[in-house]
Amino acid sequence: MNAIETMDLTKKFGSLTVVDSVNIKVEQGGIFGLLGPNGAGKSTIISMLCTILKPTSGTALVNGYDIVKFPSQVRKSIGIVFQDPSVDDRLTGKENLEMHADLYGVPASEKRSQIDKVLELVELSDRGNDLVRNYSSGMRRRLEIARSLVHTPKVLFLDEPTIGLDPQSRDHIWSYIRELLKTEDITIILTTHYMEEADKLCKQVAIVDRGQIVALDTPESLKEKLGGETITVKSQNNPLYVEKIKEAGIAKSVVIAGDEVKVTVDSAHTILPSIVNIAALNHIFIESISLQEPQLDDVFLHYTGRALREGGGKELSGMGAIMRRQIR
Amino acid sequence: MSELRGIYTLWQREIKRYLRERTRLASSFFQPLLWLVIFGSGLGLSIRSSTGLNYQEYIFPGIIGQTLLFTSMFMGISLIWDRQFGFLKEILVAPISRISIFVGKMLGVSTDSMIQGMIVLMLGFLIGVKITLPIVIKVIPLMLLVTLGTACIGLTLACFMDSLESYGTIMTFVNMPMFFLSGALFPVNNLPSWLQWVVYVNPLTYGVDALRIVILDGAYVSSFPLYMDLTIIIAFDVFMILAGTYSFSLRK
Ligand SMILES: Nc1ncnc2c1ncn2[C@@H]1O[C@H](COP(=O)(O)OP(=O)(O)OP(=O)(O)O)[C@@H](O)[C@H]1O
Ligand SMILES: [Mg+2]
Repeated sequence: MNAIETMDLTKKFGSLTVVDSVNIKVEQGGIFGLLGPNGAGKSTIISMLCTILKPTSGTALVNGYDIVKFPSQVRKSIGIVFQDPSVDDRLTGKENLEMHADLYGVPASEKRSQIDKVLELVELSDRGNDLVRNYSSGMRRRLEIARSLVHTPKVLFLDEPTIGLDPQSRDHIWSYIRELLKTEDITIILTTHYMEEADKLCKQVAIVDRGQIVALDTPESLKEKLGGETITVKSQNNPLYVEKIKEAGIAKSVVIAGDEVKVTVDSAHTILPSIVNIAALNHIFIESISLQEPQLDDVFLHYTGRALREGGGKELSGMGAIMRRQIR
Repeated sequence: MSELRGIYTLWQREIKRYLRERTRLASSFFQPLLWLVIFGSGLGLSIRSSTGLNYQEYIFPGIIGQTLLFTSMFMGISLIWDRQFGFLKEILVAPISRISIFVGKMLGVSTDSMIQGMIVLMLGFLIGVKITLPIVIKVIPLMLLVTLGTACIGLTLACFMDSLESYGTIMTFVNMPMFFLSGALFPVNNLPSWLQWVVYVNPLTYGVDALRIVILDGAYVSSFPLYMDLTIIIAFDVFMILAGTYSFSLRK
């Protein structure tokens, strides 16, 4: 059985199609990453999978239960950390967890030990009796993670669990998640803007753009598929540069990411001179240039035409947008 | 069973939050006191009672009714609050029915109002109303009946509103007419007939009348028989609970 299987899952808000016939299968165990720029529809997919939004059409199975027909079975099987905060800050950390245990019908005999266990996991044992309003934002996030685990869900949704946290808190959260995978029989669906983390943690990733799945595979194969290497150039006229490189027909893909041009080529060593030549011929001044093996960032850029940074990527505009359509 | 546990924990949350808000508790203690003491004694001097009750005694049950109405209307805002601060999502995604969520909320808000109402009831001795044990025993269930309906009014309105500000505005529009045209402050028999009509459709009218019958214990000549008050209050409660749960389940 798959942990999750969606069948033409679709959500429309009025005339706007936010999730467009999504078909994904998520195997049990490990972390499945949902990556995509802001507004791609990741949170909407998660909302439907956790039954707080009804699909416009299509459906999905979560832990074997149909989200439309058996929402309450689905709810019992899942845990979720929403993108936006959802703890009650007038209650203490423990009270939040107790309430959760009651809402999910955690047996009274296990309630206490379960709460202590999750508090320990997120290193909040000594702060459990403090009001949440006195917590830092990192502590609140950790509490939410703890809360989502109180009823030992089979499938856990983490929608940007580390958003807005400092690197240290982020590392902490990732290490809890790794710990969790070791000790529990659980499948995690993760959305994040941190590509290196997704690369390291995820067994599989789906790249979502405009409500559609544009790529789905292991991070390794995605990078392999992209192939070749990436030349990153910073020039003083990026749009013109992109156009000229494109005309020369020597690159697999050319896109603007922020203030840089990313050129994907089969072999950087042989093509690099031509790239530099094109700049010279067109009087484009190059500020810097570098070579890398492809990263998940590049995969993302390749499929969506947008860079994914903290706080989200920017839309390509003008020339870039046109290029993007040609590349696809 | 698990639904009951869910209702219980939501109810408990509402009360914890309420009791932790010290300033609100204090202010809600003073407001009825001001009405009773200042308004009651001020206006009392210029009103000659025909019933043998002094004016403060006369309005005392009305002020209890007011407290129940105002508190539960005010606490209805907690639903919007929960939505804005994201906590509602945590409840909505839990394996518990919308009906239970609404009922938990309703009981919570009603309990808050009851706490408030009981405080005001205890103020009775300040103005010389004797609150005996039999009265307390009768008045508690009555207050609960009154407040269940008003709690549902607040929560139902909150289902349709997205901002705290718009709820605040609507709240005033509901509170003031319901309070002033309930007979809480003056007998309504002498009002012009078009206004009297409003009084008769106002559920609080029957609440206040019943509270007077019970609290003033014989000294008050009621506008309606007690059984009629109770029937109307209960009918209104049932209607509002249904309307409220329905409205709540309508939202996504
Ligand atoms: N209730 C709603 N009504 C109308 N449009 C909505 C609603 N919820 C979401 N949308 C739209 O759906 C699109 C997808 O939103 P969603 O929150 O799923 O994106 P996301 O991929 O999670 O983005 P982010 O990375 O910013 O969290 C957005 O364009 C958003 O404006
Ligand atoms: Mg999102």
